[in-house]
Amino acid sequence: MDIRADHFSLFGLSPGFRLDLSDLDSRYRDIQAQVHPDRFANAGDAERRLSMQWATHANEAYQTLKRPLERAKYLLHLAGHDVQAESNTAMPADFLMEQMEWREAVMEARSGGDHHELERLHNRLRGDINARYEELGELFDQGEHALATDRVRRLMFLEKLLYEIDDALASLEE
Amino acid sequence: MALFQIAEPGESAAPHEHKLAIGIDLGTTNSLVATVRSGISICLSDEQGRPLLPSVVRYHADNSTEVGYDAQTKQAIDPRNTIVSVKRFMGRGLKDIAHVESMPYDFIEAPGMVKVNTIAGIKSPVEVSAEILKSLKQRAETALAGDLVGAVITVPAYFDDAQRQATKDAARLAGLNVLRLLNEPTAAAIAYGLDNGAEGVYAVYDLGGGTFDISILKLTKGVFEVMSTGGDSALGGDDFDHRIFCWVIEQAKLQPLSPEDGRLLMMRCREAKEFLTNNPEAPLTARLSTGEMVDLKLDVTTFAGIAQTLISKTLQPVKKALRDAGLRAEDIKGVVMVGGATRMPQVQKAVGDFFRQEPLTNLDPDKVVALGAATQANLLVGNKTGKDDWLLLDVIPLSLGLETMGGLTEKVIPRNSTIPTARAQEFTTFKDGQTAMAIHVVQGERELVSDCRSLARFELRGIPPMVAGAARIRVTFQVDADGLLSVAAREQTTGVESSVTVKPSYGLSDDEIAGMLKDSMEHAKDDAMSRALKEAQVEAQRMIEATEAALKEDPHLLNEAETAKIVATIAKLRATMAGDNRRLINIAMDDLGFETQAFAHRRMDQSIKKVLSGRNVDDIKMGEDA
Repeated sequence: MDIRADHFSLFGLSPGFRLDLSDLDSRYRDIQAQVHPDRFANAGDAERRLSMQWATHANEAYQTLKRPLERAKYLLHLAGHDVQAESNTAMPADFLMEQMEWREAVMEARSGGDHHELERLHNRLRGDINARYEELGELFDQGEHALATDRVRRLMFLEKLLYEIDDALASLEE
Repeated sequence: MALFQIAEPGESAAPHEHKLAIGIDLGTTNSLVATVRSGISICLSDEQGRPLLPSVVRYHADNSTEVGYDAQTKQAIDPRNTIVSVKRFMGRGLKDIAHVESMPYDFIEAPGMVKVNTIAGIKSPVEVSAEILKSLKQRAETALAGDLVGAVITVPAYFDDAQRQATKDAARLAGLNVLRLLNEPTAAAIAYGLDNGAEGVYAVYDLGGGTFDISILKLTKGVFEVMSTGGDSALGGDDFDHRIFCWVIEQAKLQPLSPEDGRLLMMRCREAKEFLTNNPEAPLTARLSTGEMVDLKLDVTTFAGIAQTLISKTLQPVKKALRDAGLRAEDIKGVVMVGGATRMPQVQKAVGDFFRQEPLTNLDPDKVVALGAATQANLLVGNKTGKDDWLLLDVIPLSLGLETMGGLTEKVIPRNSTIPTARAQEFTTFKDGQTAMAIHVVQGERELVSDCRSLARFELRGIPPMVAGAARIRVTFQVDADGLLSVAAREQTTGVESSVTVKPSYGLSDDEIAGMLKDSMEHAKDDAMSRALKEAQVEAQRMIEATEAALKEDPHLLNEAETAKIVATIAKLRATMAGDNRRLINIAMDDLGFETQAFAHRRMDQSIKKVLSGRNVDDIKMGEDA
């Protein structure tokens, strides 16, 4: 096993967007049960160092594969596609328009302290995002990596927006 | 794997194989030490049968100390030299400490961490804590009649890097081999989960003497996974005493008190608080040195009013931790109460109301952390029968970041990341010919660097002069399983590479530790040199045992020549160990470390392959996401 091998093979999985999360959970735990520093608390220095490297690696791989957006980005990276937003920010005007409307709605609800409206926006956006992940799964199935890259970049915007809604909800609660 | 089973008495490892390991709860108010005996975790008591050791240290002019109950009774007589609640000062500067004005100590502001000037000289909180740990270590060695292999020391989950590092330094100073720093709520969850066969998501509400933690844990077959944690490392039972104290001052219209009277009154306030747990009204009387008599009655309703603000202050982090875990109060299957301060009925009621369920109080809130720590220590040293086994996945409580332009923080590792974890970030120069770069590491959630805790500042020098933006400086953060950070920076351009490993500035250097050891040894009539030699010998022995066990387990991973080489290196280390040259022992240990590197790699590789081979690579079920 090479520590530089890809995240999927660490868990004995073949690369793909569709993933059974509970299966990934159990694979992750099985790996950690072997490599975690707690298994080597009383071992020699070399083994302790290795254990920390492997456990760190397993955590990173798990965090990447667990979250659909990170997983998609990682798959595209493996396929040689760059999703880095800063190097390629041109998005279609209608998408950006839609984003601005969303943002205005969130800001308005936030400044008005409208908890209910924020909840509604959260649910609507969550639904939209989930549908997009469905579509993304199909694109990956068909090997449409260029199209998938575009969809992932949109999802990056939307996930950020969702984070902002949740942040607004959190600040209202406090 | 049949997990969640503690070995029956008599079923544990054979006595000659049983390694002595302890768990220590180093608390603000009280500390405890526990161990696993015949498969059962128990707290070790002093000669008088008392399991608690008050976390109080009194210094005498000859540098001798009194620790525990003896010191506690002297605090009103000798407040300046009797340090209570030292945990509040660990890894803290003077400005971080609340209510300094009502404390009797002669504080000295020192870089990184405050110090206290006592009759025995200037003491750092690390040294004071080490006295408490030494006392517990001695108690354990007497009770177990043998040398300790190692200890698990608990820390509040919400302790930041400075506070953790200070705790680990204190343990080193006390001569303990730290197997792991374990978060207090996680320790409690181990004790609770293993005893109750619990499964599901639990909240651990831990209100100690000086710290508050909330951890949300998912307990599944043999795995304790912390989903999120939160808290306030400067909020605890002490603060309730302080509020009562302020109420007394106001009610009795007292003039500013002498340190002695202040301590006396604070003790009375604590007693009154404790009395109210089972009574509707507590007497609060004290004769002050001025001849003045304080004679008040504190009733439950008044106290509830006093306690209200503090209790609701604990609920903010609870909400945040739930949010971070992506859960709601109703998703929590049980709420485990930990820490002496959770005895207050007002706290239990508030927590019960919040989670809409009766909190779990069936374990002694004072002992549960130490018991869990001992259970974990026992696992870490390898005293297991094969069937009692579990895995613990903990998180870092506060985000780690770097200072960027304009005094803003850029997060590098977000809070609640599972540890160990690492993250690398690349930087570049912003001026032509720039050869150095300052890096400032901070911890906290706020946007402004000035609102976060500064962990380390260092300068990376020797960058080859280049045009702005051409250099590639890679800064790597590594957080280990103790939640401790190390930072390495590496400048990598055309063949030129320089790197530094940074220990946060508040941590003690080896020289400082050696200096402190020497000081304490002079008093103990022991010899610092012989102690260092002993430590090297113990470490060498541990290394030999670990290597021999590995050779026995996996002989097939080495060819004859490699085995022979390792065996010879072990023999050399063993021979060196018998002598009294510490330097030679260290060299021999380094040699063995070097010779076993490839072996360690192969063993790790084998164990990962073993897990994977248990599964079919193509066994991928289609499942839903997000």
